[in-house]
Amino acid sequence: MPKKYHIKAQLMPPRFPPVPKYAMVEREGCLGCLECAKRECVYDVYKNRRFSPEHMVDSIDYLCKNCLRCIQGCKNQLITKMKNPDFEALGDEHWKPDQIASLWEQATTGKIPVSGAGYRGPFSGPGFDSMWTDMSEIVRPTRDGIHGREYIRTSADIGRKPAQLEFDSMGDLRSEPPPLVEIPVPFIFDKLPFGVLNGNVRAGFVRAAEIVGTLIVIPEEDLDWKLMARSENIIPLLRSGGTETGRLKELVTRSRMVELEDSPDVIERIAALKKLNPATVMVVRMATNKSVSGRVEELTRGGAEAVHLVADWQGNEPHEADPRFIKDVLREVHLNLINKALRDEVAIIASGGIAMAEHVAKSIISGADLVGMDLVLEVALECRVCKRCIRGLSCPVTIEAVDPEWAALRIRNLVCSWHSQLIEVLGAMGLREVRRLRGEVGRAMFYEDLEREAFGDVKLAPNAAYAR
Amino acid sequence: MSNSPQTLLTRDSIVNLCDRECASVPSRFRNRISKYKVFRSSACTACGKCAELCSYGVHVRSGERMLRPREWLCIGTACQSNDFYCIDKCPEGALSLGLNPLFETMGDARWPADMLMSTWVMAETGDVPSNGLEFQFGRSGGGYDKLVFDFPVGAGAGIDEEEMDLSIELNRRDDTAHRVTIDIPVYGGGMSFGSVSEHTMIGRAIAARNWNTFTCTGEGGYPESLVPFAHHIITQVATGLFGVREETIQRARIIEFKYAQGAKPGLGGHLLGDKVTPAVAQMREAVTGSALFSPFPFHSVYSVEDHKKHVDWIKAISPKSLISVKVSTPTDVDMVAVGSYYADAHIVHIDGSYGGTGAAPDIAKKNIAMPVEYAIPKVHKFLLAEGVRDRVALIASGGIRNPWDVAKSVALGADGVVIGTAEMVALECIRCANCESGRGCARGIATTDPELTQLVSVEYAARRLSNLYAAWAKELRRILKRLGMRSIRELVGRTDTLMRLS
Repeated sequence: MPKKYHIKAQLMPPRFPPVPKYAMVEREGCLGCLECAKRECVYDVYKNRRFSPEHMVDSIDYLCKNCLRCIQGCKNQLITKMKNPDFEALGDEHWKPDQIASLWEQATTGKIPVSGAGYRGPFSGPGFDSMWTDMSEIVRPTRDGIHGREYIRTSADIGRKPAQLEFDSMGDLRSEPPPLVEIPVPFIFDKLPFGVLNGNVRAGFVRAAEIVGTLIVIPEEDLDWKLMARSENIIPLLRSGGTETGRLKELVTRSRMVELEDSPDVIERIAALKKLNPATVMVVRMATNKSVSGRVEELTRGGAEAVHLVADWQGNEPHEADPRFIKDVLREVHLNLINKALRDEVAIIASGGIAMAEHVAKSIISGADLVGMDLVLEVALECRVCKRCIRGLSCPVTIEAVDPEWAALRIRNLVCSWHSQLIEVLGAMGLREVRRLRGEVGRAMFYEDLEREAFGDVKLAPNAAYAR
Repeated sequence: MSNSPQTLLTRDSIVNLCDRECASVPSRFRNRISKYKVFRSSACTACGKCAELCSYGVHVRSGERMLRPREWLCIGTACQSNDFYCIDKCPEGALSLGLNPLFETMGDARWPADMLMSTWVMAETGDVPSNGLEFQFGRSGGGYDKLVFDFPVGAGAGIDEEEMDLSIELNRRDDTAHRVTIDIPVYGGGMSFGSVSEHTMIGRAIAARNWNTFTCTGEGGYPESLVPFAHHIITQVATGLFGVREETIQRARIIEFKYAQGAKPGLGGHLLGDKVTPAVAQMREAVTGSALFSPFPFHSVYSVEDHKKHVDWIKAISPKSLISVKVSTPTDVDMVAVGSYYADAHIVHIDGSYGGTGAAPDIAKKNIAMPVEYAIPKVHKFLLAEGVRDRVALIASGGIRNPWDVAKSVALGADGVVIGTAEMVALECIRCANCESGRGCARGIATTDPELTQLVSVEYAARRLSNLYAAWAKELRRILKRLGMRSIRELVGRTDTLMRLS
């Protein structure tokens, strides 16, 4: 058995107090009675209370666990709490405040988010919320990966997998098998859709990729020779229409993979670059759009060994009027490749809107081989998805000033948590290989199908009378 | 210790709890949580006009002064249309009213603050709230929250609610096992000693006895204090086999095999070390302070045939016990249900993915397996097609929050339901989701900490839960009457009585 892949997490405290969901409010009028409800606090949050004058934050707001004992116990009814508007303003409709807070916590501890009581969210929703993953029960064995009794592999291959090998009459391989990049987790780090990105942050990202054993996409113009010392973990993103300079040759020769922006001449470019170094995996990067499926087929036939489909930061097609979500795009692309008997000729990388560990599993079920982590890398560095940086305003959590090593370890923690969560889901499904999850829609349930099967024979209520 | 469960059981108060009368059991907290805040300014002259006017009893005058408003009774701005609206009628203009900011911090899409509070009202009074709290629907935007009944006009005429039959038969096989009928189509789900306190467990058992239904031990052993209620207790056999012994099998009329739990399907149980107190460790024959895992799955069961061996083993020990098979809801839950039936199950219990838990990974709660609203019709139709539907009791759980959810589940095809979270909420759980951490529940429900356990008395728990069952039974009768039915059994699988909201 191969050596088990393991990420060791370690507590990496945030630089800023987390934005609390609620705010504690105390009215004046305390009589100093002897049975103070604050002393009864099970979690000792009053005892450990601190006020940070620098951040203007009272520790009680984020330490409080909302049991409401003090609120219901204070003899003079002086304590209450209310929603914190700052918390509700985090993120947007795709990057929800609770998710961002959960990601911060994962980057701090590296642990799987665990809580008591049942699910609290909407029944279903747009995008990834309209599907559920399956599990095994009685008639199919599950796998116990999380407690380490069985090894569940999470590695992904990027490249072309030939349908068969050819041998000559002497029994030797007639052709060299195409190059394959194997990474231990099914995610790479991708270019950011927006966000603070300077030398510090970049160094942190690259260091994290190195620790985790994955690769990071970096545009050619941002690559210096210092970064290229880590070429093992870097996927240069080449400018379209670039000329064959010595520098380019050097990049292609030293890299395990390169990405090319899709362009009319990209197929010729792939052929040219392959001549420079046949051992480099050629990836074509393109935005998701309505005609993506046919284009992926063309690129595959033209020699692309992987296609990197990039949606916007919310997972939608960037330039379409009625954009589809990346899950639906992936299903179409995957099925088309299957129908054309091309699926193993190309690896599909999906980026954009991957905000939670479950999105990794769901993207792979929809047909991707692996996903790209982008904005989520910034969230690990305490980004609030406020988008001030897009408008050229200062970052409220000064991401530009991070210590690269701290950044790397926060991202490592997040990857550790995602890796563990992926194993939970795979174990429940009874799979021992994330590779087997690709396109396995049989191990998923979709909202539309379940609604039809369960409620198809239930009549629709007349809207006017039952408007809710 | 005078408050130990054993001592409590010998007290008269417990004996007197053995009825279904609804006595008011108010909140055990000093300050109640209310939806609205009523403010009385210093302009108040304590004239007492508001106390005379308010028909909900918000304002009370005591001697020459006004007491603090009993805000939890207030119906809020909806009162504006009444001619006794205190805010307008106060001669001094001293009263004002607003939504309580605390209320807005509570609840979530599945259990909005309204539903939490209405469950408290039911547990307090034994009936559904009449002050405008929304107790039928959550805000989840799907499943039960998008289903309504299509009540035929005038159908309920001539039906006496008192004679309505809410009972269901749990053994529908023609075999020699116990005949078991429960008086309401609801019983309590498995919650182990360790995840909840002994007081909570005894309270649940007393309520189950009062309503001639069941509660379940969960997988944490069978505390001696529950033995007097053995007639109403299901012994759970789960993968860790904690507390599974010959005597605990033999004393139970129903044995429940827990194959999976809806909130964490495909994953094992995990009791964190902090909650493994000396008492819990003793019960589970484990070491104090060390975390306990229940593996997933039963490593001896990888097929229906293996499961049958399990059943045979139980039958050899306790031939008359009913077999319940608790499974989660994967795509092939219908196959699993039929297989369970052929392996001699009396009860097929499907636990949907939005159900409660003492601790589960968030990724599992949301994503793995389907909500029970989908699983019920799937299994019901499959059992019908197989021609065995009338020989097995189909029980649903996992997100059943109120009596309307019960009725909708039955209309979708279940015979009855199992509840858990609703019972916790009746004991004033606020779903803060910290059951698993540290000493456990700060409100004393899901904890084994000796000090915190004392926050919930057995009497309080038993009476609040009994009231909850009373409220649900009353509301179920009203629903059935409006449907023109005399028995809950008439409603099974009647999807024609339902409508979907778009």
